[in-house]
Amino acid sequence: MPTTYDIAIIGAGAVGTAIARELSRYQLDIALLEAKADVGMGTTKANTAIWHTGFDAKPGTLEARLLRRSYALLEDYVEQAGIPTERLGGLLVAWTKEQYHTLPSLLERAHTNGVTDVRIISAEEVYALEPNLNRGAWGGLFVPGESLICPFTLPIAYATEALLNGATLKLNFPVQNVRQENGLHVLTGPGGQTVRARYLVNAAGLYSDEIDHMLGHHDFTVTPRRGELIVYDKFARRLINHVILPVPTPVTKGVLISPTVYGNVLLGPTAEDLDDKTNTATSAIGLQSLLEKGRAILPDLLNEEVTATYAGLRAATEHKDYQIRLHAAQRYVCVGGIRSTGVSASLGIAEYVAGLLAKAGLPLRPKGEFKTHRMPNIGEARPRPHQQDDRIAQNPDYGRVVCHCEKVTAGEILDAIHSPIPARTLDALRRRTRAMQGRCQGFNCQAAIVDILARETGQNPEVLLALDRGHMPKPLTLTATDHHAEEGQS
Amino acid sequence: MTTRKTDVLIVGAGPAGLSSAIALKRRGVARVTVVDREPEAGGMPRLCHHTGFGVWDFHRLYTGPTYARRYTQLAKALGVEIRTETTIVGWENAHTLAYTSPEGTGALHADAILLATGVRERPRAARLVPGYRPRGIFTTGSLQRFVDEHHLPVGQRAVIVGAEGVSLSTFLTLQKAGVHVAAFLTDLPHHQMYFPYAPGKWWFVDLLHRTPIRTNVRISRILGLKRVEGVEITHTGTGQREIIPCDTVVFTGDWIPEHEVARKGNLVMDTGTRGPQVDAAFRTSEAGVFAAGNLLRGAETAATSAQEGRFAAQSIAAYLQGQPWPERRIPVVLEPPLLWALPNSLAPSDAHQPGKMDFRVGQFVENATVEVRQGRRVLHTQRFRRLLPNETMHLSGGWVAKINASGGAITLRLSD
Repeated sequence: MPTTYDIAIIGAGAVGTAIARELSRYQLDIALLEAKADVGMGTTKANTAIWHTGFDAKPGTLEARLLRRSYALLEDYVEQAGIPTERLGGLLVAWTKEQYHTLPSLLERAHTNGVTDVRIISAEEVYALEPNLNRGAWGGLFVPGESLICPFTLPIAYATEALLNGATLKLNFPVQNVRQENGLHVLTGPGGQTVRARYLVNAAGLYSDEIDHMLGHHDFTVTPRRGELIVYDKFARRLINHVILPVPTPVTKGVLISPTVYGNVLLGPTAEDLDDKTNTATSAIGLQSLLEKGRAILPDLLNEEVTATYAGLRAATEHKDYQIRLHAAQRYVCVGGIRSTGVSASLGIAEYVAGLLAKAGLPLRPKGEFKTHRMPNIGEARPRPHQQDDRIAQNPDYGRVVCHCEKVTAGEILDAIHSPIPARTLDALRRRTRAMQGRCQGFNCQAAIVDILARETGQNPEVLLALDRGHMPKPLTLTATDHHAEEGQS
Repeated sequence: MTTRKTDVLIVGAGPAGLSSAIALKRRGVARVTVVDREPEAGGMPRLCHHTGFGVWDFHRLYTGPTYARRYTQLAKALGVEIRTETTIVGWENAHTLAYTSPEGTGALHADAILLATGVRERPRAARLVPGYRPRGIFTTGSLQRFVDEHHLPVGQRAVIVGAEGVSLSTFLTLQKAGVHVAAFLTDLPHHQMYFPYAPGKWWFVDLLHRTPIRTNVRISRILGLKRVEGVEITHTGTGQREIIPCDTVVFTGDWIPEHEVARKGNLVMDTGTRGPQVDAAFRTSEAGVFAAGNLLRGAETAATSAQEGRFAAQSIAAYLQGQPWPERRIPVVLEPPLLWALPNSLAPSDAHQPGKMDFRVGQFVENATVEVRQGRRVLHTQRFRRLLPNETMHLSGGWVAKINASGGAITLRLSD
């Protein structure tokens, strides 16, 4: 590992990992620093899992432009990397006369944003597409490009490709201080460990304003906007065929009902500004309001069982657009205020940020070869291991179902634990395999999985179960050649 | 994918499935296949490492695992084919189920199918309890797996959500794991722990007496970001809130049938039990498909499920010998506070099978009269000194002979 990196990226969410992957095309030493124990742990993991076209973005904004560019790039990428997606299309439904009259302006906005296949449809067409919707729709806007995506697999895929192409990932490495020394950024992490880099990208999501302050800028403040969501049982999936969108307001895209790539149905999110950047708790009021909205849109939904509830925080700022700024003299790019569209815009943002860095003098000399990586499929649209006789014949563990609700096999769990970015926590395993995400929420399989994870990683179950209160996670440095090296041992 | 044929396919190797397989073998059915997704047959009793099993079936007192083993051994000795680690993934047609297993995928075709897939407790999320999602949240089943199956650490201080029969089982498991129980919570005015568990074990009764049972409260929030740090409870009458510090929460009761296979087969489901609709002969809406055990409703004892399995075997044997499937059924409709009844539909032929009808209520009712009607005709009334929630009540079934086979729905209600 180099002692000085060409570039350090703070934050391994969808945006940070995409930037690391983009830069790993070039002859650069890259350090990707993440405060949490895994990639994709912030806003990336707790959202609506929609792959947006950007049809309703504010025209002329950077967000609109990068969403549009990213959409085209993602179309190829998801196929190549095996990211679970479903191209269902979105149906924006007008429930009042006033909403109905805003449809033409939304159509015009979509056209301005370059999303030209959008069309206004009648109430009859709405019910032909979605017969289970509540009565009373005035009409709708059909957006064929709105799609589902797996927000868990995406950042892991980006980070894995970055690693395979030479980048270094440091987990459990919260950056506590940034100072300048001999023309280098010196980033201090836990226990006084430092990372030195010539260039710096701030993709710290909810904490991007705090990192920005460390570099002497006060361009924006992140206000965490909490979104609570309810995940319904797979038996609700048959109730809808598209992403059911509301007419957006200036504050939020509103409460939607959407299938997921795992075969569930999502209801949410709420939108509530908070001041605590760790408050991912659900609330009685939030869940109650979602039930009321859900009942008004799709009454049968409430007859199905709830599988999970969760809350995520979007990195909202006082500005209407992304806060991506190049400070060329400092060799620093701030990528803040990505709010709720980071997954969809990730590849567009990465390409744009690489361009900014080149402007600031970062030499982008392509490598001879760029290694790609295909992710294990955890979506319902493609065959899963337990359905594939050839894979079970090769390894019977692919026919040994451990998580019954999600039909996750022992083979997939072992693969995730031993993947290039290994699952070392129950959460990491959950997002890589779907294990414990189903209708029993791990109550059948969690003990067995704790057993496997403890055995395979040599960790104490008390640590995995957060019973060991004195335990502080140690920084973990991962590269493609030696992906188990713990700091101090390597 | 290969399809194999068997005479009767049973899904679920718990007490209902295994006892039915044994009864079918004893009735001379040649090929009986039981599949189970777990690595071992035996079902939920495998996880209940306390005594109290077997009195009705074996006239002996066993622990859960021993009881499960007895049934498994008996079934194997009679020539029942038991396939473990075999997960049913869907229906090829009304008599063929597709599965996956470490040996590969395949399908099993049978003349008759019995679904005995059991039940689970509603987890925290399904109960919409707000708060964080820390470690330290269990159901009785997951707690038993932690303590008895995998010998994993649990915590130091627990709150048990629920105060019914299964909550006692949780209490025992926590005692064994060395976890102090801070309180039982119930939103009802009294606890519902009627089963005189382990009589004579005064140390246990004494412990229970020293554990607070908080009535008329519900759990309104879970505190703690990484590990549970406490629960907030809200008094259902006054709305007053209180925080009980703990590092473990166990959600008990609130059963939901494991109905995935039944629903994938598009069987008619009952809105009260959330299990498949069955008549008095355990026949579902699909010809040749039967259901028994806790899949039919919230959990009863292993003995009850096993008995249902044996009754279902009678019906299955009759069907294999050519007894026609009922052409129509009369639905059983309930009025609150009645929650569910079983059977929840009646076939005209059920008139010849006088049995009993089980039901449950959602609240305590003193001096109640349950009335059974078909249209305006009162078929039966029965007085109960007390109706208890989370406890199954029984209606005698002689009235079934009086139903009008071409008439409308049967209604169960409390009369004034």
